[in-house]
Amino acid sequence: MATAAAHRTARTDADGARTAVGDTAEYERAFDAAVAADERIEPRDWMPDAYRATLVRQIAQHAHSEIIGMQPEANWITRAPSLRRKAILMAKVQDEAGHGLYLYSAAETLGTGRDELLDKLHSGRQKYSSIFNYPTLTWADVGAIGWLVDGAAITNQVPLCRCSYGPYARAMVRICKEESFHQRQGYELLLALSKGTEEQHAMAQDAVNRWWWPSLMMFGPPDDESQHSAQSMEWKIKRHSNDELRQRFVDICVPQAESLGLTLPDPDLRWNEERQQHDFGTIDWTEFWEVLKGNGPCNEQRITQRRNAHAEGAWVRDAAAAYAAKHTGETGAKQA
Amino acid sequence: MTNTDWPLWEVFVRSRRGLSHTHAGSLHAPDAELALRNARDLYTRRGEGVSIWVVPAAAITASSPDEKDPFFEPAADKPYRHPTFYEIPEGVKHL
Repeated sequence: MATAAAHRTARTDADGARTAVGDTAEYERAFDAAVAADERIEPRDWMPDAYRATLVRQIAQHAHSEIIGMQPEANWITRAPSLRRKAILMAKVQDEAGHGLYLYSAAETLGTGRDELLDKLHSGRQKYSSIFNYPTLTWADVGAIGWLVDGAAITNQVPLCRCSYGPYARAMVRICKEESFHQRQGYELLLALSKGTEEQHAMAQDAVNRWWWPSLMMFGPPDDESQHSAQSMEWKIKRHSNDELRQRFVDICVPQAESLGLTLPDPDLRWNEERQQHDFGTIDWTEFWEVLKGNGPCNEQRITQRRNAHAEGAWVRDAAAAYAAKHTGETGAKQA
Repeated sequence: MTNTDWPLWEVFVRSRRGLSHTHAGSLHAPDAELALRNARDLYTRRGEGVSIWVVPAAAITASSPDEKDPFFEPAADKPYRHPTFYEIPEGVKHL
């Protein structure tokens, strides 16, 4: 069954069957064969505990990133320069919430409840993408996020549509379709500023200057320092290495920046005829690890706002549950 | 009160008239009415559907992947159920 339907019992079923048959090796062979044949693993299939744990960690972090990512952009909704831009930004922020929900659903098919995931986010035991710990200082940042941050996310996410775990891959297909609008609206926004007054152009350039390097960091540490990469590639959760995707992103962005009339803040960025790729400067990994550790400009603010939003929404959840309990008979939706 | 108390619903969307409902994903909601509204907001933000079903996930009975082979076995050895099993002389039409 490809749905999340039986996820609550999935583990019991798998474990029960395993005990009964007493042959984990046979299950493992079937799992390895399915992955090798590029088949998808579905929720109720047997899977190694480490595969399950890796997926929960990755999908949860991804889901958390989507909902924390609503904050830096929502920051500008009330100050969008036109009704058109405001409607676009609201739709985008709403999409991010939707993406979070698709991903939480996918994580739940692995037997981890949503409340548990949110709890781990709120207590700092699970992470979200470090990129959202940077502030959105001007309106142009909304454009830079759409172009660069969503652009980097798309580069990362397109290969995930072929991830070996079915529910994650399906969530990514939906997300990628929607991300395309996010990136284009950002690009259009930056283009408008870049072609505007001198001041607007400077604002766009400043935003690109600030977001470029953190966007490159979104692909994660260099391959030789990435602790989960090799195993994830073997399991076909990951299809390309961090450095490979980062290079792809740089090569995509250079001509796009030219069309925008903006520059990328890297003096070492140049075409390498031999490699048929761009060379680019060294990333400041100290900054990356610092932000990851919680010392970025907005770590505290983001997580506090998330916790508050959850606490302040409690009365809505309570009211909805109370209403449902009262009307259970009428709707016939009583649940265990 | 936590989300634990909100049941899981499976969402099926009919993308246009004439097609059947297809599984789109799942969500949590306290009751059927809110499940429908949430499903509309979550799975049809771009006109992806003209009709939605929400089904309590707990109400779905699924076949077990462990029994996959024996469960579907009976179909595997009956090639005569397929039209390609039969040899028809060339030139015979509308068959």
